[in-house]
Amino acid sequence: MTEDAREILRVTDLHTYFPVRSRGLIPRTVGQVKAVDGVDLTLNAGETLGLVGESGSGKTTTARTILRLIKPTSGRIELDGQEIATLSQQALRPIRRKAQMIFQDPYNALNPRHTVGTIISAPFRIQGVVPPGGVKAAVQELMERVGLNPEHYNRYPNEFSGGQRQRIGVARAVALRPMLIVCDEPVSALDVSIQAQIINLLHDLQEEFGLTYLFVAHDLAVVRQISHRVAVMYLGHIVESAPRRVIYTAPLHPYTHSLLSAIPIPDPTIQRNRRRIMLQGDVPSPIDPPSGCVFRTRCFQAQERCAVEVPPLTEIAPNHWVACHFPVAEPPAGTGAIRVGSVVADASPAAEAAAAAAAAQEAASVRDQQIPR
Amino acid sequence: MNQGNGSPDQRFLAIQDLSVAFSTEDGLVRAVDGVTVSIERGQTLAIVGESGSGKSVTAQAVMGLVDRQAAKMSGQIWLDGEELLGLSPDEVQKLRGSQMAMIFQDPMSSLHPFYRIGDQIVEAIQAHRSVSNSAARRETIEMLKKVGIPAAERRVDDYPHQLSGGMRQRVMIGMALINSPALLIADEPTTALDVTVQAQILELITTLKDEFGTTVILITHDLGIVADVADHVAVMYGGRLVEVAPTGVLYDQPQMPYTLGLLSSVPRMDRERSMRLEPIPGNPPSPITLPPGCVFQPRCTYTDRVPDGACATVRPELLPAGPDHLVRCHIPTEERREISQEVLRLLAGAER
Repeated sequence: MTEDAREILRVTDLHTYFPVRSRGLIPRTVGQVKAVDGVDLTLNAGETLGLVGESGSGKTTTARTILRLIKPTSGRIELDGQEIATLSQQALRPIRRKAQMIFQDPYNALNPRHTVGTIISAPFRIQGVVPPGGVKAAVQELMERVGLNPEHYNRYPNEFSGGQRQRIGVARAVALRPMLIVCDEPVSALDVSIQAQIINLLHDLQEEFGLTYLFVAHDLAVVRQISHRVAVMYLGHIVESAPRRVIYTAPLHPYTHSLLSAIPIPDPTIQRNRRRIMLQGDVPSPIDPPSGCVFRTRCFQAQERCAVEVPPLTEIAPNHWVACHFPVAEPPAGTGAIRVGSVVADASPAAEAAAAAAAAQEAASVRDQQIPR
Repeated sequence: MNQGNGSPDQRFLAIQDLSVAFSTEDGLVRAVDGVTVSIERGQTLAIVGESGSGKSVTAQAVMGLVDRQAAKMSGQIWLDGEELLGLSPDEVQKLRGSQMAMIFQDPMSSLHPFYRIGDQIVEAIQAHRSVSNSAARRETIEMLKKVGIPAAERRVDDYPHQLSGGMRQRVMIGMALINSPALLIADEPTTALDVTVQAQILELITTLKDEFGTTVILITHDLGIVADVADHVAVMYGGRLVEVAPTGVLYDQPQMPYTLGLLSSVPRMDRERSMRLEPIPGNPPSPITLPPGCVFQPRCTYTDRVPDGACATVRPELLPAGPDHLVRCHIPTEERREISQEVLRLLAGAER
């Protein structure tokens, strides 16, 4: 995680659109679902980038497009310096060694008719890799490493609990020591007591093997636990990205503020006395996104300019990127125990601009509500 | 909020020694094992537990939704002075929807995809009250407005698929509340929703509860939601209640090692991030092969505090540990308090 760390992934202006076809004898394309609409991101070796957003934000499509499980409409994906956005499936096969995926649902991600041994050894077979000591020994070592009993090599997935199945998925993903692992909501289907086990496991494997994670999740508390940097997506766009500490202590985008304030804190005294921002309505349709800023229809900061001018993703402080005309430079609502970090307080021009916006916000007496309970 | 001292029916809802078991090919599944808990009118009780803890089956038993052919049930459920388990299916049917209603994680489990939402709510009204079509429709539109459906006059004629997930959840809540039930059971009502929509729905449930004086049983795995809305909390594990307390007490002085473990395994946004989480080791037990002693014993890190390995052999009782506070654990209360305060201090120690 140093400044000069090697770049593993660079995504530039990525678009993934899905056609909407009319019904009838001769279907015509009548629109596009703009699932990913101009995403830029980079990942350095040994780093974890948390990609957060609500359903429909495009975070999963982004992740799957990066692995070329979905073909991008346009844009560049450079994995370890090699452009892969336009490669054929055949040309991609050797690349797959470098990037693997851990899925959300440990029940559907494992073939129920294959033994654990077959599942975890699949990457070796497919890539034609013979580890020293043989595949079985390597697989059993992996099983041990992820906390499974190596003697269960010949068991089937249905004999394991959800948490153990996710360990199988993790073992399969790290089998070939890939550079990049895309984790798509890896703990959200698990029980609370098991989530922490898997997060710790991912953390330990990262330290041991120097893995790089793109960690896609909707749970901001989980993302904070594991990520070095966090990018927030909304309706196909990255609206804010920053180092972890900055996102959680000094967010600037109104959407990031709303997300942070919406997560209930497991402490009744704190939770019932928080100031909370209530967003109105739901995420708009990605077929017909709002003009200008995509968040403006639910934003408490929105003004006329937001409807006409798309806010560009701008580096407002070192490594802190925001796409907003009227960023909110206040501590996040209700996470009272956290102070505003010094990181952003020092970034004077940005902070000034944002402070002015904040003053304007107060004057307009916006909709963020005090909810007394 | 504890056992009703032999007169359970004095509380608005009193569950007495409820057990539900299903026989399966693999053996007897003891889904719920001797649950005793009660609520005062107008209060919110959260039942917290992981998958397989028996929290949903407990709620289904109250609603009369457990298949009496498939399940062995025993115990009593008193709702406003009436015992429910002894009622005939027809009698329970009359109470369901009028006296008590339930909302689910998936709104499509309550909404019929082929019928307009308005017609479905009108049907719910007319099933329990003789109201004219036009009056029922007016009432439906009023309720849709109350649960925050914009342009309710127009939306009333929508089909469920025309609404977003959050809107469907609102419609389902509206349908559940249309006959002003005294008891609302919400089974993971926001688990499928985004956090910003979850905040809206929790706010809505709280507002409506205050307006109608509804008693709420909230079933969830999320300790943040419990902290937000519950008056009392019942923690379930392996089909049994393991700790029952007022919400403030549960978070300030949790005593059952499982509750402590849950509180330690959740990453908290309001605290300085610690490098590692403290998960509960192991996996939840299978409801077919429950441990003979304490159900939590195989995962508990404090069993050495109890002499003679009693945790593995003797089943602990749910006993008072303070005012309104019940705990099922062999460790003496004093010692549990010390453990609890130390764990909480460690957790808070990560602060700043």
